[in-house]
Order: sequence, then C-alpha cells, then structure tokens
Amino acid sequence: MSDHDKIYSTKFQDKIERSTLLMFVLTAFAVAIGGIVEIVPLFYLPNTAMASKDGTYNNTQHKDNSGNVIPMDKIIWNPATSAHKTLADWQPGDGVRPYTALETAGRNVYIREGCFLCHSQMIRPFRDEKDRYGHYSIAEESMYDHTYQWGSKRTGPDLARLAGKYSDEWHRRHLKYPREVVQESVMPNYFWLENKPVDVAETVQTLTVMTMMPFNPVPKDIYTDEYIAGAAAQLEGKTDMDALIAYLQSLGNHVKFEEGVNYRD
Amino acid sequence: MEATQATPVKYDMEVVKWFTIAAAIYAVVGTLLGVYIASELAWPFLNFDLEWITFGRLRPLHTNAVIFAFGGCALMATGFYMVQRTGATKLWSNGLAWFTFWGWNLIIVLAVVTLPLGLTSGKEYAELEWPIDILIAVVWLSFGLNHIMTVAIRKTSHIYVSNWFTMGMIVMITYLHVVNSMAIPVSLTNSFSIYSGVQDAMIQWWWGHNAVGFYLTGGFLGIMYYFVPKQVGRPVFSYRLSVLHFWALTFGYVWLGAHHLQYTALPDWTGSLGAAVSLAMIIPSWGGAMNGMMTLSGAWDRLRTDYILRFLVVALAFYAMSTFEGPVMSIKTVNALSHYTDWTVGHVHSGALGWMAMVAYGAMYHMIKKLWGVEKMYSESLVNVHFWLATIGTVVYVVAMWVSGIMQGLMWRDYDEYGTLTYTFVESVSAMHPYYAMRAIGGLIFHIGTLIALYNIVMTVSTAKSVRGTNAVPANA
Repeated sequence: MSDHDKIYSTKFQDKIERSTLLMFVLTAFAVAIGGIVEIVPLFYLPNTAMASKDGTYNNTQHKDNSGNVIPMDKIIWNPATSAHKTLADWQPGDGVRPYTALETAGRNVYIREGCFLCHSQMIRPFRDEKDRYGHYSIAEESMYDHTYQWGSKRTGPDLARLAGKYSDEWHRRHLKYPREVVQESVMPNYFWLENKPVDVAETVQTLTVMTMMPFNPVPKDIYTDEYIAGAAAQLEGKTDMDALIAYLQSLGNHVKFEEGVNYRD
Repeated sequence: MEATQATPVKYDMEVVKWFTIAAAIYAVVGTLLGVYIASELAWPFLNFDLEWITFGRLRPLHTNAVIFAFGGCALMATGFYMVQRTGATKLWSNGLAWFTFWGWNLIIVLAVVTLPLGLTSGKEYAELEWPIDILIAVVWLSFGLNHIMTVAIRKTSHIYVSNWFTMGMIVMITYLHVVNSMAIPVSLTNSFSIYSGVQDAMIQWWWGHNAVGFYLTGGFLGIMYYFVPKQVGRPVFSYRLSVLHFWALTFGYVWLGAHHLQYTALPDWTGSLGAAVSLAMIIPSWGGAMNGMMTLSGAWDRLRTDYILRFLVVALAFYAMSTFEGPVMSIKTVNALSHYTDWTVGHVHSGALGWMAMVAYGAMYHMIKKLWGVEKMYSESLVNVHFWLATIGTVVYVVAMWVSGIMQGLMWRDYDEYGTLTYTFVESVSAMHPYYAMRAIGGLIFHIGTLIALYNIVMTVSTAKSVRGTNAVPANA
C-alpha cells in the first residue's frame, strides 16, 4: 500500500478524502444549498399565499387584463372588511376561509383514510382540467391547509372543486358503496364511517392548534374563543360520515374567480 | 481499497448479520403488501370492508415497509459492513449498533401497528406520527454517529468512496426528516404540519425526492461502489469519475424536488429550476452508471456464471434507465401528461425494484457468503431463479404502468370533434383494469423471487452453522 501518498485527483480532493471532519462539513454544506434556494424564498416572495407581518401577503398582486389589482380581501376572506363577519355567515365567493368545526373533523377523516393517495386537490391550468374540474387552483386556496392535501396521483378524480357538484345524499350513497353509484369505481366501501361518532375532543384541539401555527395560522378573529368553545356543540351527534361530507362540500367554492385575472402571478 | 495489515482485524459483524436477515424478511413483507394493494385496485372486493386493510391505509404501510424496513436494513447492514472493511477497523461502538438495530425494528413494528389504524400525518412517504418521528431521528442519528465515527477511527489513509455516499445520505436524511416532520401535536397520535399549502408542498417534495436521491440512490450507490468491484474482483473503473459522480449528485440532487409540482400553485420558477437541474443530473447519473458497468470491462464473461454479478449489473442498467426517465418526466411538457398518472408509479418502481432491490440483493448475497464463511449459497441456481423472477417481475410491472400512465394522460386530455371531453373520468378508471391486473402479476412475480431468496438465505445460514458445529466435534474416525 505504498501508493497511499500518491494523489490521483486534486490536492484539495485528496485532503478531503483524508479528513473525516472536512468530508462531513463539505458534504453538509453541499446538500444544504438547493433546499435553501428553493424553499426559503417561498416564505418571502409574493404569490405563495404566505401572510406576512405587514398584513399583506408579501405584496401579492393579482391583476386583471387592464392591470387593475384585485384586492386580496376578495380572495382571502377577511371578517373585518367582509359583509359576512363570522364563519356561520360566510358565503361561497367571500374568499378563502379556514374550515368549520365539522369540516375540520371531516378533514381529519380524509387524512386518516389516506384519500390523498388517490385523489388530488390541485387543478392545473389546462383546458381539459378546466372543463373537467373547474378553475385552476391558486396558492391562497390551500393557505390554511396545514398538512397540504394536493396529492400526487389521480386514481380517482381531482376533488379541489367538489363543493356543490353533488348532493349530500349522493356523497353518502357513494361513500358507503361506491360501486352502487359508479359501477366502474375501484374505491373501497366506507359505509362504516356512519357508525363512528366524530372525535369531538380531537377536533376541538385541532381548531386550537390551527391558531398556534407559526406560518399562516388561522386568525383569532375567525377562530374566536367563542367559536372554539361552541365547536363541541356543533359536533354533537355527528358521525365521521357527516363530517367527511361537510368537508367535501367545502372544497373549492371559496373564491369567486373573475375572467381575465391571472391568479398565479 | 482494503488495507492489508499484519494482524487481521476482528470486525463487529454480528449486527450486520442481523440487519441482513431482517432485510431479507422485510423484502418479503413489503412486496407482499405491494401485491395486495395493487390487487385491491384491480379487484376492489379485496378491501373486504375492513377499515384496517383499505388501500388508503395499507399503501403507506407498503411504502414504509419497502423503503424504511427493507431499504433501511439493507443500507445499515451494508453501511456497517463497508465502513469496517474499507477502514480496516471495528465499529466505533458495537453497542450503539445494536441500539440502532433494535430501535429501527421497533420503529418498523410501530409502523405496522399505527398505519393500519389510520394514524398518519398525511405526508406522503413521511406518514408516521410525531412520537415515531422523534424515535426515527434518534435511531437515525445513532446510525449516523456510529458510521461517521467509525470512518474517523479508520486505519486507512483515505475514506473510501462508498463511505462518502453513506455520509451524504446520513446528513441529508437528517436535514430532511427534521425539517419536513415539523408539526404541532393535537394528541399523542395526531399532529399537523407547521407549514401549509405551497410551502408545505415544496418541503414535502424536497423530502420526497431527496429520500429517493440520498437514501434510495446515494445510499445504494455506496453499496454499488463497494460490492461491484468486490464481486468482479477489479478496482472501480474510474476513480475520478466517482469523485465527479459524488460531488455532482450531492450538490445537485437536492434541487430536484420541485419538479414534482409543475403547473401547481407553486411559483413557476421553482418547478422550472427543479426541472433544469433534473436534466443536468443525467450526466453524473450516467457517469456513475458507466463507472459501475465499466468496472466489468475485461470480465464480462463472468456474467455467464456469476449470478450475483447479474443482480448488480442489471441494477445498474435500471439505474441508468430510471435516471434518464426521471429528468424526461420533469420536463414541463412531458410532466403535463405524466403527472397524476401511473407513469410516475412505474418510474418509482423501475427505481425501487430494478435498481434498489436488485443492487441490495446482489450485496446481500455477497455479504452472506463472507459473513457466514461459506463458499457458495445453499443453492446457486436458486439465486439465478431469483434473478430472473426479479427482472421479469420488474419489467412486467413497469411496462404495465407505462401503458396505463400514458393512456390515462391521453384519455384525460382528449377532445372530440365537438370540442367536448371525449372520456369521462370513470372511463379512464375502467380502461386501467387490465393494466392494474398486469401490475399485480408483475409484482407477484417479483414477490415470489423474494421468497426464494429468503429460503435460500435461511438454508445457507443454517447449513453454515451446522458445518461449523460438525467441525467443533472431533471426528471419530
């Protein structure tokens, strides 16, 4: 092994290969860069739906064809400026809002059952997706989705704009026995969701946790103390099935999209 | 690559043996789960109306079983094996290695219990809940510390290339796991990511793609750089190419995650940047694949008789194919078609079955002979049977997913002469049925291979013991 002093590459590379510490430090540095460049700006640049300290969204400005800026409170519901002041009063089109107590319980079911493994919630800006699902999804629409649910696979259809497409009764029948409604479906039967009462304590705690998030927390003027205190009453007697249907019926009708507005730049 | 010394080193190989056997067992379990959930998509009655075995709950168990149970045990077995032999030293701490072994297996048991119960964080490939995440961090760092400290106390002058890759994996997986798992607990069994929407998506795929890049690729490249030369009995084709391969991948792979989010609400620049670097990665990836392949130059005839070498070489072929396919799929126009379809699933499996599992088995067969001191496996021809089942199974699987993926993509975007969508979504679902059946069959073929491997390994190990036992008793005659 007399050739151990011979250098086959460069002096620097040779030095790295002889030093565990140098190898470790340089590797740790090299692997950090890409992530920093791609991730950190998403917390500071516009068009990522990140609420910034100045009360804007890092100066996000969605403009229409004539260059007029669409006010952000038309896109993200702000009880202070909206005609509808509480979650109970909120109407579709008022802007992106966090989930109600029952919808939150339903979202927990959605995550628990791994629905996102077969259903996406992210419509791309293509003609066929517009015709099939509706307007393309925008960043603001998932800003309250702690643990995002965009999904990566469409074994079943996209659900980002499911709200109002079918009746509650349709959903109930379909979730219970999918093949009784859609013969070719490969979805499992979820009739047993009707036998499970909603986990009230966990849902109420979820609402509280959503207000504590370091990034895009639910504002306290939406999940007010009274709202959280009254959540248990709203969940009284509800099943996982009721909750899941409420969640599905809340997907994608928050924003009233205008023609000719670029909602992504 | 190994120093010669006057007194042979007594290595700590018992823990390596246990990791190797565990890997062989988890490969059987993980692929069986895969076959089952693939069958559920082809024949939904297999969900049997039991919540614990629905596709949505078993799928995370399948991915965790193959990636973290099978892949993890294979990586730790080979990691501890290579770091000792290339450094001509015992492990820094044998006790810590046993902690890693039992800790890692405890995590696997916890995954088997929690995931079917629906206890999931809802992040793809990082589904385990926060208490298990903390345990993963502790056990992973115990592996990392032990590996790096063993590198530090090596008796050789240079750190061997395999250990660079393992070190890169240790550091990057630590970053990824910690940042991606940041969550606020709601209870002991539920928590929510501190990030939301765009940021959560980007961080998730930074994790998701680099788990592929540093764990399933980097870690297994470390395996390749040790076991291919060892099995061939020749040095690595080009040392300089391995230097380039390592630094280019280490710096570059990190950027790729964003290509999973083309055309989503993620800002355009991020996805484009991810795709651009993805394309650039073809060069080091193919350089590395060639480096492994060319190590055989002058010894290609060995493929006729050496079944273990077949695993390693076909693995390199799949590595080259997957690292070409991946960048192609990251191009926006291709991604517009391929995203959300089975093509992605096929791509992952050409990597996971064709590259990762094949190179792992090549290494495992090689190690088992050394670890138990046998000349041959219990049955060399069963190694060959396993090789063909693995290769054919992978090809059947991948081809099925190519066809179904591209078909889905084309059906979804097809318009008729009146300017309306030609197909309803559910028509695309029913069109997938034959391919989902074919995929299940491909997976089953691969799974049978893992069973044969386990049988062969168990028989080899038990025969080796009995040989040793016989030798211990003085012969009567």
